[in-house]
Amino acid sequence: MKKMEDMLLRREAFSEVVMGNTAIVRAMVEAGTRVVSSYPGSPTPEIALAIQSIPKNDRPFYFEFSTNEKVATELAYGAAVNGHLSTVFFKSVGLNVAADTFVQLSLMNIIGGMVVVLGDDPGANSSQNEQDNRHYARMSYTPVLEPADPDEVYRFYLEAARLSQTLRMPVILRLTTHVCHAKERVAFGSWSPVQPDDTPRFDPANGPYIPLTTHAIEMKRAALARLEQVRQRAEETELNRFIDNGNRLRGVITMGLSFLSLMDVLDGAAAQPDILKLAYVHPLPRKKIVRFLSSHQEIKVLEELDDVVENQIKAIAFDLQLPVKIFGKTQPEDWIGEYTPDKVHQVLYATWPDMVQPAPTSEAEDPAPHRPPQMCPGCGHRSAFHAIKQALAPTDITVADIGCHTLGFLPPYEIGQLLMCMGASTAMASGLRLFNTSRKVVAFMGDSTFFHAALPGIINAIFNHHPITLILMENGTTAMTGHQDNPASGKNFNEETDKIPVRQVLEGLGIKHIAEVDTYQQAKLAELVVEATSIDEFSVVIARHPCMLKFTREQRKNSTYQQKHVTIDQGVCERIHTCIGAFGCPTFTRDTEGNVTINTDLCIGDGSCIQTCPTKAIIPAGKKDKGGAA
Amino acid sequence: MKAFSIYLTGVGGQGIGLISEIILRAADHAGHPVKSVDTHGLAQRGGIVVSQIRIGDKIFSPIIPAGQADLVISLERHEAFRAAGTALKDKGCLIYYNTVWQPLSVRLNQTAEIEESYIQDLCRARGIQVISVFHADLPDIRMQNMAMLSEIHRHRMIPDIDLEHYQTAMADLMSGTMLAENRALFDKRLTA
Ligand SMILES: Cc1ncc(C[n+]2csc(CCOP(=O)(O)OP(=O)(O)O)c2C)c(N)n1
Repeated sequence: MKKMEDMLLRREAFSEVVMGNTAIVRAMVEAGTRVVSSYPGSPTPEIALAIQSIPKNDRPFYFEFSTNEKVATELAYGAAVNGHLSTVFFKSVGLNVAADTFVQLSLMNIIGGMVVVLGDDPGANSSQNEQDNRHYARMSYTPVLEPADPDEVYRFYLEAARLSQTLRMPVILRLTTHVCHAKERVAFGSWSPVQPDDTPRFDPANGPYIPLTTHAIEMKRAALARLEQVRQRAEETELNRFIDNGNRLRGVITMGLSFLSLMDVLDGAAAQPDILKLAYVHPLPRKKIVRFLSSHQEIKVLEELDDVVENQIKAIAFDLQLPVKIFGKTQPEDWIGEYTPDKVHQVLYATWPDMVQPAPTSEAEDPAPHRPPQMCPGCGHRSAFHAIKQALAPTDITVADIGCHTLGFLPPYEIGQLLMCMGASTAMASGLRLFNTSRKVVAFMGDSTFFHAALPGIINAIFNHHPITLILMENGTTAMTGHQDNPASGKNFNEETDKIPVRQVLEGLGIKHIAEVDTYQQAKLAELVVEATSIDEFSVVIARHPCMLKFTREQRKNSTYQQKHVTIDQGVCERIHTCIGAFGCPTFTRDTEGNVTINTDLCIGDGSCIQTCPTKAIIPAGKKDKGGAA
Repeated sequence: MKAFSIYLTGVGGQGIGLISEIILRAADHAGHPVKSVDTHGLAQRGGIVVSQIRIGDKIFSPIIPAGQADLVISLERHEAFRAAGTALKDKGCLIYYNTVWQPLSVRLNQTAEIEESYIQDLCRARGIQVISVFHADLPDIRMQNMAMLSEIHRHRMIPDIDLEHYQTAMADLMSGTMLAENRALFDKRLTA
């Protein structure tokens, strides 16, 4: 078997089939990166999986999952002003959390260099929105490199690291979902490990590092000057691509994944346009663009999400009064979704109908029933929702937070009627409670989120006396993003740690009403929720059960593991369908006559369903029904 | 090689990732330029997983245009029907594992379960070659993907990839008993 760690640490140059999220780790190794931090979020968690493949003592850099993206950014910054090349990576919306720190970075003299790797998510495959983080780059004077495929992820990271070391400034490497998760053969360079010089080099004389009063203005001036130096680099770099098709009429300026889609769409097109593919999308290589604009009569700016580059290019053409027609975005759909080959086909056809065949305007209708994501078989959140639904009135208001339990908003539970972002549930719930005495307000939250961004909202509810109930869905892990440990897990990325128990934190805050129960005890949980919601003060119910997906996966590694499953006693079942219609475990299958059977591929035999059957027709795993069937 | 696009689909937990990576690596071992991309979204939670593979000299994006896949591989019946309807080209090939993981609306009796005949009818109407695979005797459901891979090779559904390329790809990704068990199953089905 090819071992990932051998590949990541190989001395000689080689090539291998890898995903973008793996290629970047080899680049970190070759670049001499010393400190890396993150908070998990799709599409980036596989970067940490690649890092994890290298045993801790062989890892040429320090890595941690911090408690949130802002903390991770601050940690990487601290290391970098001590002289270490550092990197922080997280998902798109993570930058909102990190923003207060991030927007200051470009003001600082970051002597070690610092790369900020963003996993943007056009198409909102696994995010609350598809925000275009290039806006943050512009507002903070931070350069952005945008790779299109794993090969470029590798090469652009090396460029970003070098640039940030040379100019002592932060540099963004902006990945997108299908760049992170694309796989292809990549040629890597050699690596000769050097003994790192870990002398703490922080020196206030390298500053100022205090952006106050007059300093702040001076520092901004310096940031803008550095950005002009980057522009120079953006003009010269070999990473830009110019595809000369000898077309003096038409050209396309593009970047990232849109470029790949464009190349596919143009296969077989009449009169191929010239193409300028940018490596740096901020700051723009102005001279290069002017030359491209001047040598064509029509330019299409092909850009995923917002018109960030387009507007700057139009401004250049306007200032220089260039006689060129620039086509950008025209209709709202142009701002929306991933620029897949199909999308680029439509956009290109709308611009130049004579260049490509008409694009199919609508996709073939999906003939199969939708398949929304579900909580897993045995999930403690399901038992919790099933119980809590019985404890609340239909008019009560339930506020969700980010995590697996968010899926409770789907039928049959429909619990969690509002969602914003990580940690937002308690304070939103507090607002919903103002002037409201008739409808109870209940907030939900997972344990990773609790430590990530929830504490200010919780403390506010105590501080300002908001009588809501918070239900903490503690499963001991950061489940939704792939089971990363959190402060309550008893382990961090590198070693065993003391648990930071959620309950004691809450007690320390002075909360008087804290109840806790395993979610499989559904009747007890329902009782506790009724009790908690009738108290006229902030109350918490800790609804606890280990993540069963994680648990089952660990069990399966055991060679003696045998999958167990419950069975239905068909003689007892009265086809009331509580198991399917209300409890809703995906294991229960309905045939055309309405009989219920068990999908044995799915059932893990946890038995959390047994208590939900009004006729006691569900037989525990390993027991037999009266007919003798197992 | 002329471009060949493969669309793999199934439900989170069925092992799409492994079968996709084996095909990707087998194509690479066979000397073809190849790219792939996985879309998992929230798939780990019983949603749809899709993996796309494109083989050929003039391939740029790993994403297949709608309705342009040459081959659809599905590990579940509903997903086979969905992908045949949206991703597969006319006269293409569909191979699916004939198991059912009912989507929510089927369990709630709001929509009908997709039956085998629906797939047959759709494929007949569009000139699609269809192969349905099911083995009642698999030791572990996580081997359904390997049974599928074996059928894919037995029917030579992907051009210009030989047995040794699949075998080398499997050895890249697995070792010990896992490799031995999967190889045994793969080889057995080839001759069955
Ligand atoms: C700012 C931000 N960072 C990261 C994420 C990615 N994310 C989505 S769900 C989730 C897990 C939350 O874990 P937890 O609160 O423990 O709930 P669980 O999934 O375990 O039920 C994370 C980190 C996000 N949506 N927003």
